[in-house]
Amino acid sequence: MQTEEAIIYSYGFATIASAIPAYSKRGDIVFVDRAACFAIQKGLQASRSDIQLFKHNDMADLERLLKEQEIEDQKNPRKARVTRRFIVVEGLYMNTGTICPLPELVKLKYRYKARIFLEESLSFGVLGEHGRGVTEHFGISIDDIDLISANMENSLASIGGFCCGRSFVIDHQRLSGQGYCFSASLPPLLAAAAIEALNIMEENPGIFSVLREKCKRIHKALQGISGLKVVGESFSPAFHLQLQESTGSREEDVKLLQEIVNHCMDRSIALTQARYLEREEECLPPPSIRVVVTVEQTDEELERAARTIKEVAQAVLL
Amino acid sequence: MRPGPGGCCYRRPVGANGCVANGEVRNGYVRSTAAAAAAAAAAAGQVHHVTQNGGLYKKPFNEAFEETPMLVAVLTYVGYGVLTLFGYLRDFLRHWRIEKCHHATERKEQQDFVSLYQDFENFYTRNLYMRIRDNWNRPICSVPGARVDIMERQSHDYNWSFKYTGNIIKGVINMGSYNYLGFARNTGSCQEAAAKVLEEYGVGVCSTRQEIGNLDKHEELEKLVASFLGVEAAMAYGMGFATNSMNIPALVGKGCLILSDELNHASLVLGARLSGATIRIFKHNNMQSLEKLLKDAIVYGQPRTRRPWKKILILVEGIYSMEGSIVRLPEVIALKKKYKAYLYLDEAHSIGALGPTGRGVVDYFGLDPEDVDVMMGTFTKSFGASGGYIGGKKELIDYLRTHSHSAVYATSLSPPVVEQIVTSMKCIMGQDGTTLGKECIQQLAENTRYFRRRLKEMGFIIYGNEDSPVVPLMLYMPAKIGAFGREMLKRNIGVVVVGFPATPIIESRARFCLSAAHTKEILDTALKEIDEVGDLLQLKYSRHRLVPLLDRPFDETTYEETED
Repeated sequence: MQTEEAIIYSYGFATIASAIPAYSKRGDIVFVDRAACFAIQKGLQASRSDIQLFKHNDMADLERLLKEQEIEDQKNPRKARVTRRFIVVEGLYMNTGTICPLPELVKLKYRYKARIFLEESLSFGVLGEHGRGVTEHFGISIDDIDLISANMENSLASIGGFCCGRSFVIDHQRLSGQGYCFSASLPPLLAAAAIEALNIMEENPGIFSVLREKCKRIHKALQGISGLKVVGESFSPAFHLQLQESTGSREEDVKLLQEIVNHCMDRSIALTQARYLEREEECLPPPSIRVVVTVEQTDEELERAARTIKEVAQAVLL
Repeated sequence: MRPGPGGCCYRRPVGANGCVANGEVRNGYVRSTAAAAAAAAAAAGQVHHVTQNGGLYKKPFNEAFEETPMLVAVLTYVGYGVLTLFGYLRDFLRHWRIEKCHHATERKEQQDFVSLYQDFENFYTRNLYMRIRDNWNRPICSVPGARVDIMERQSHDYNWSFKYTGNIIKGVINMGSYNYLGFARNTGSCQEAAAKVLEEYGVGVCSTRQEIGNLDKHEELEKLVASFLGVEAAMAYGMGFATNSMNIPALVGKGCLILSDELNHASLVLGARLSGATIRIFKHNNMQSLEKLLKDAIVYGQPRTRRPWKKILILVEGIYSMEGSIVRLPEVIALKKKYKAYLYLDEAHSIGALGPTGRGVVDYFGLDPEDVDVMMGTFTKSFGASGGYIGGKKELIDYLRTHSHSAVYATSLSPPVVEQIVTSMKCIMGQDGTTLGKECIQQLAENTRYFRRRLKEMGFIIYGNEDSPVVPLMLYMPAKIGAFGREMLKRNIGVVVVGFPATPIIESRARFCLSAAHTKEILDTALKEIDEVGDLLQLKYSRHRLVPLLDRPFDETTYEETED
């Protein structure tokens, strides 16, 4: 990632859930996107900080909140001098498959003096010329982002997670990251698997563009299904299929989608519904089927998958 | 049989056919312990005696936490005071740039941001931890068995940065790994089975349990864990820490009460905080304190509304890894039944390490696993893998499968790791056809008793229960923490030293973790070196020494009971 230092955790969920409370404590302010994943929500809950949600990917909303905070600060400058401010976003959101507008975020960061924590579980190994994530994709210097956290369970197909950034920021977690100090370390087998995966990524930088091609292809192929709409960027390897018109009750929607998944499974296409804990989520996303693409799937397979999903959807929904 | 004047052991009648019953009668040992304990109790120090409570304990429960000698406490405070003064002086010099600042600083572009760390937060790290930092995070490059290879590091700027010299210190005796039953090996049936599964299933799972990451291996593991523990069902998770922090919120919520031991692990504390329930803390292993809290909870109910609590959950651990003490499980279960509360037992360190068949603290006390509502444990320590599990009634586990945060959002266990757990668990249960499991458990028990007894004879202050394989040796003074770690490494023994904030500020300690892989020769070598270093650093604070046994050094009768 071309950063000064990185720290490894033995579990992907625990990575961001331990990193956030290590820096943000009671009395600090965190601006977080509504569609943030559950691990981030738990990290925020553990940190006991003041949480301000802004609408998904809406920079105007975030700016409004930052301006309000600035007005508050001017009323109480002494308190403002010790309150830290953080913006927590994801590179590619797991819940919606969209990308965050990083250049505008960096501008907001310098104007309002907040630090950015970027969670790149989905975009690490996917975006950018060499797979270095959303910073490479937008061409932003990696030093502008204070902390990048990712889990190795998606692109690297291992277990665990890492945080990388400048030594000034990362070294603090060695004594105060709960998932680091109070937990067993990663088994060497899994670490070796991750190292090998990273070596493969460095040696074949061509696979990233191949992956993006395949994502675009299947994205296009699934566009025309009546009854289902595709949610997510065209180059995101994990996107969602949501019902175009919901039946009104979440349970009914879930049942319909499950039928589609079951029929697809009968025709040997493995799909899954995106699972959420309904009572625990801050902002519950609508029920959807998550479609994930691998670089190993051939074009014919992708075509067949798209066709099957189309047929099944038409059969079930009409 | 009424307890004797010392009150800490009692005899059971010997069986009709002359065999020993439940291992209390140990030739002359019982009487001499009672006499020594009575003499010790007369002298200074707090030695906890078990209350007999109507015969709840089938074995004597010997736990001791000797009080800190007054002179040592004063000197420790003085030591910390001097370090703090020097810390302020150095900070002053660094601020005025008289001394070079080694540690990383904020970016120039971000200098006017609110500072990320408060100055005082890092005071301890900068000035105390940095001086003796070379005792921690030592990189090892071999399997952490009874002996381990450590990569040598050097620092030319007082521990601010390390360079690897390229040497490897080979064959360091490993007294710091949680390798209780010796399964941390790179040869043998566990390793072969894991390698086979690796070829078949690969390493990563890339999905959560509820979505598409539920392998048949996981189901097999869960059935095995359930039969090992003696419960109806079990569920396995990818990380021990996450097991606690993600399942306690699924079990309790607002309007519930959590009664947690003073010295509970960070994962239990985090899980309790995330759940949103009210938390009350009782003194470590103190049943009177727990009973008082339970009584108050039942009588007064919730704080403002006085309504009864929805659930009362008691959080305890099997072995507390910093103290080496074992929970008083029979009394806790009696209290739980009396006041109708639920019990959550975290057996991270005790599973596999205690009990005649290695089934943990429930087995050690000879109790019924159905009495414990939620049995949690980890696979990291005795099974040589990683991950955690929760066992209990089928309804509980079914509920957790749908409502646990880990099942929905976090990846499942990796297949080779699962295979390692399955193989090692089968070995402990004796299902693989060998007696290797039983031998390991016996060896660990012998090692524990021998090691603890020898250290006490030498005159060190050792905390905790006599049967616990975690042995904390008190160091107290901050300088001795660093000195002990370094001296032991020079003598080729790797130990773990612990200071603030993991322990109270004056009670820093060195923590030895015994293993079934340690042979008697290894233990003797280690004991000899500890003796030398103890004399060198004047660590033998204990004011009452045990009478050294002149007969056999091993207490072989510990687990040699015959079933009636």
